[in-house]
Amino acid sequence: MKRIISLLVVAVMLIASVGMLSACGDKGTNTAVDADFKIGFIFLHDENSTYDKNFLVAAEAATEELGLTPDQVIFKTNIPEGNECYEAAADLADQGCDIVFANSFGHEPYMLKAAKEFPEVEFCHATGTTAHTEKIDNFHNAFASIYEGRYLAGIAAGMKLNEMIESGKITADQAKMGYVGAYTYAEVISGYTSFYLGAKSVCPSVTMEVQFTGSWYDEALEKEAATKLLSNNCVLISQHADSMGAPTACENAGVPNVSYNGSTKSACPNTFIVSSRIDWSPYFKHIINASLNDEKIAFDWCEGFEAGSVALTEVNEAVAAKGTQEAMDAAKAKLIAGEIHVFDTDTFTVEGKKLDSYLADVDTDEAYEKDTEAISDGYFHESEYRSAPYFDLQIDGITLLNSMF
Amino acid sequence: MNKVNSLMFSALNKNPFHIAKRGEIVWWKAWLIRIIAVLMALVVCGIITVALTKLNPVKVYLTMIDGAVGTTRLVWNLLQNTAILLCVSLAVTPAFKMRFWNIGAEGQILIGGLATATCMIFLGEKLPTFVLIPVMLLMSIITGALWGLVPAYFKTRFNSNETLFTLMMNYIAIQIVAYFTLEWSVPKGSGTPRTLEFGQLPMLFGQKYLVNILFVVLITVLMYIYLKYSKQGYEISVVGESENTAKYIGINVKKVVLRTMAISGAICGIAGFLLVAGTDHSLKSDTSGGRGFTAIMVSWLAKFNPIFMVLTSLLIVFLEKGASKISEVYRLNSSFSDIITGIIIFFIIGSEFFINYTIKINKKEKEENV
Repeated sequence: MKRIISLLVVAVMLIASVGMLSACGDKGTNTAVDADFKIGFIFLHDENSTYDKNFLVAAEAATEELGLTPDQVIFKTNIPEGNECYEAAADLADQGCDIVFANSFGHEPYMLKAAKEFPEVEFCHATGTTAHTEKIDNFHNAFASIYEGRYLAGIAAGMKLNEMIESGKITADQAKMGYVGAYTYAEVISGYTSFYLGAKSVCPSVTMEVQFTGSWYDEALEKEAATKLLSNNCVLISQHADSMGAPTACENAGVPNVSYNGSTKSACPNTFIVSSRIDWSPYFKHIINASLNDEKIAFDWCEGFEAGSVALTEVNEAVAAKGTQEAMDAAKAKLIAGEIHVFDTDTFTVEGKKLDSYLADVDTDEAYEKDTEAISDGYFHESEYRSAPYFDLQIDGITLLNSMF
Repeated sequence: MNKVNSLMFSALNKNPFHIAKRGEIVWWKAWLIRIIAVLMALVVCGIITVALTKLNPVKVYLTMIDGAVGTTRLVWNLLQNTAILLCVSLAVTPAFKMRFWNIGAEGQILIGGLATATCMIFLGEKLPTFVLIPVMLLMSIITGALWGLVPAYFKTRFNSNETLFTLMMNYIAIQIVAYFTLEWSVPKGSGTPRTLEFGQLPMLFGQKYLVNILFVVLITVLMYIYLKYSKQGYEISVVGESENTAKYIGINVKKVVLRTMAISGAICGIAGFLLVAGTDHSLKSDTSGGRGFTAIMVSWLAKFNPIFMVLTSLLIVFLEKGASKISEVYRLNSSFSDIITGIIIFFIIGSEFFINYTIKINKKEKEENV
């Protein structure tokens, strides 16, 4: 009994001392800038995922630039694509957020559910597809014309292939690229096809193999897929999946890599060429400004190079072919001017034929009904009828090693 | 006997103290030890918090509480998550009590969830809700029970290792569910499950999760009675203590193993039903969210007592919710809150040692006399 009492006394003393200790370290916080506005962000993972890091960095930059205090910005990380997302969104609304943003595709139904429950709060969802059909005033989708960025990244890849051909390292026929994709889904198909067409625009003999992982984030699977592509004699790898799996496999094998979501140069200095990424800060500024000024938020926002939404990282001169930056800049200017189009029907064929009509599944429905004519004026109009990509054609020159529908 | 053992131990050992097994301990002493353990855990966490982040640990703890029970919504959310975790913990308990290591709760939950989702998709428009929901429940129970019976059958027939078997069954269930998630995904190929509109559990008194919670309360009470007062519950304890004794007194061990695993799987199936029909309204391979494994700890911590399990599952969910609030408020990586919860759970598990054993200081003169 005595011992128990003495233990208790010790415990109480320890707690008290920690309390005093901590009281010292508590000065200087709470430089309260009084403003009612609040924005909450929901992220699928945290900064360990290249996909989420890209959002986190943009959210920090945009809110800082607009002068929001840390109290006005709430981050919720590691929110799964389930009921947890609804609970997180509702909790952010309870905390007084004017805008709730979620970054993962699978968050959409739960964001929609929260949007219906909190009509006074704006719910913004990246990469989603239903805002243009649901037509709820406070629910918004956003994307960027990232296929144009991928096209430029493809040019960088094509120039690297040309360099390898010229130096005699490979023959023109051996110019085969590998691509690690998440799912056989329009967003991924649009991404790898634009990447391929970019490469083909400078290296006509290029072919490509695609291996799907069936997951948006699985480092082991992505590494395995990249390794498989390498053993199939692919001489350059790119990926649309969110971990460091593929870039790491490339660095280990010494094979050049065109990345996504952001630079992987620090981890892969000897193989990283360039990366295309969506810069979300223009969108974040748009929604915050709209909310502050009582303006409407675009219900299905999609911007490209001009708004700064599609960006390319710095070219890694140590790996990239000479003149890569110049070639990308020239193509970018042409894309902006409308002189060239990524999905120009003169540049690709499907089963040996040129296309002049294609019905795309733009309105999301359970029957996957094809509803919108996407080809006109000689090119496929990507991200025009809704922000999220819907190009899902399988063009010649690209071989799918598996599929993950 | 204990006394003799401990004396012998101390005689062989020149250490200044020795450890002896306690006999019975009065309930308030046991709880005092647990409370002290929690307090000490908080102190250690406090020191680590200051060292790593320079934050005020008291504030961090208040944030934790705020994150778990700060608003009515959060309280309901806490209760809902506790209910599901408790449901799975109750499910694994009879198997564990029987010393049948059912590591396959994760798979049994998913298969139950898959059965539920299948009914919601294919029967949704054909049956009225008050018929549909019982059908969903029944199917989840049957499939969960079957999924649990497979390893039990192989155990009784071929004496296969149930730990590995149930674990492997998880991977099969995960892959089957992943297949159907893709098959049913909207939009096509995105890997995002469709929202299941028909057969969602109804709200009760305007509360989304009340039906879930009441379901689990009922299961808790039934499981308590089953384990404590029923003949079958007694058979489970006997088989768990000693199979030979069970055989000797005429218990059909194979029958008990099969029956108990069917019950274990069936309740996991119900957890899957509650997750799919009651909360998520969709099915993915991570719908179970690791609860099948967390439940093992919850069940052990509560020493297989369904009533204590209410507390242990509440504790785990409380820590989890509180921890994510810490990373939200202080923008810390989730690893930090994992460290905090890890330390707290470590101390709580450690306190069981001091409840079961006592440390005695060796007195020199006496030792020489022995």
